Amino acid sequence: MIVRILGEGQYDLDEAGMAKLNELDAAVEAACQGTDETVFEAALAALLDGVRSLGTAHPVDAIDSSDLILPGPGSTLAEVSEMLGDEGLIPG
Amino acid sequence: MSVMKRLSLVFKAKANKALDKAEDPREVLDYSYQKQLQMLQQVRRGVADVATSRKRVELQINGLKQQSDKLTQQAQKAIEMNREDLAREALTRKSGLTSQINDLSTQLATLQGEEEKLTLAQQRLQAKVESFRTKKETIKATYTAAEAQTRINEAVSGIGEEMGDVGLAMQRAEDKTLEMQARAGAVDELLASGALDDLTAGPTDDITRQLDALSSTSDVEAELAALKGLSSPQQTQALPGADTSSPVIDVDATEKKAEQ
Repeated sequence: MIVRILGEGQYDLDEAGMAKLNELDAAVEAACQGTDETVFEAALAALLDGVRSLGTAHPVDAIDSSDLILPGPGSTLAEVSEMLGDEGLIPG
Repeated sequence: MSVMKRLSLVFKAKANKALDKAEDPREVLDYSYQKQLQMLQQVRRGVADVATSRKRVELQINGLKQQSDKLTQQAQKAIEMNREDLAREALTRKSGLTSQINDLSTQLATLQGEEEKLTLAQQRLQAKVESFRTKKETIKATYTAAEAQTRINEAVSGIGEEMGDVGLAMQRAEDKTLEMQARAGAVDELLASGALDDLTAGPTDDITRQLDALSSTSDVEAELAALKGLSSPQQTQALPGADTSSPVIDVDATEKKAEQ
């Protein structure tokens, strides 16, 4: 799986890594439902750290679409919902 | 659905939109490449804009620091002349400048961060655009229009994602720069209107005026004392006359000769 951290680049992750990431992603998802910026910030930072430590950098000159895309470090709740569109939900 | 999945869909939707416009799929390659080159150009300009903004803030910080140093000197002088009230006034004004300087320093760090990120984004995009160019020629030469479709889709949506990412980084840097320019403009206005300037610099400054008045009388006294005492105070005054400096040079010269 290829995971992109916005503003940072792409990482390759194997299945075991992805399984761990899914746990961290669930925490981010939960934080997204709330309005607490510090909770969201911590959850996102943990998820991004997970990607960096479990994955390996995808070659910079390779042109491949990512399977998953993550907001960059320091993103706020407002910025993320803006990226996801006005409604904050994408059908599907 | 999780944030990362939703975000991926947003990017994919955008990439697909670009592909839908194509008639001959191979034309998409050239079209996309043109877009990429434009994007690179824009990013380069973006990096330059952030750098300009950063330099401006640096200059402002330096200017404020100079004024702050001047106030310290004035306070020192005032203390030497037993004018604690003046010293206090100078230090009060200095503390106002210090908070301005701290504020600008924080902004400067933000701009430096954006500049760095954007420079890295430019390098990443550059690497991808270069390999896209190679890929594009290979696809055109090797595959028929029908066969090429999948590969074109892969390449175009892959680079489309990178462009989307870079676009976000640019937007972010632009926002920060505009924010900064508005603030920097306010500081410039303050300096120009004299609200800060008059406090610290220039002949109209009341601290300076009072100190000047004090020092001109004390300078006269000092000069009188010097004239009365004749040569001894003059030698301690920093002016290194030709008489005193020549033996020093000789010593240096002999040392250098010894080293050689």
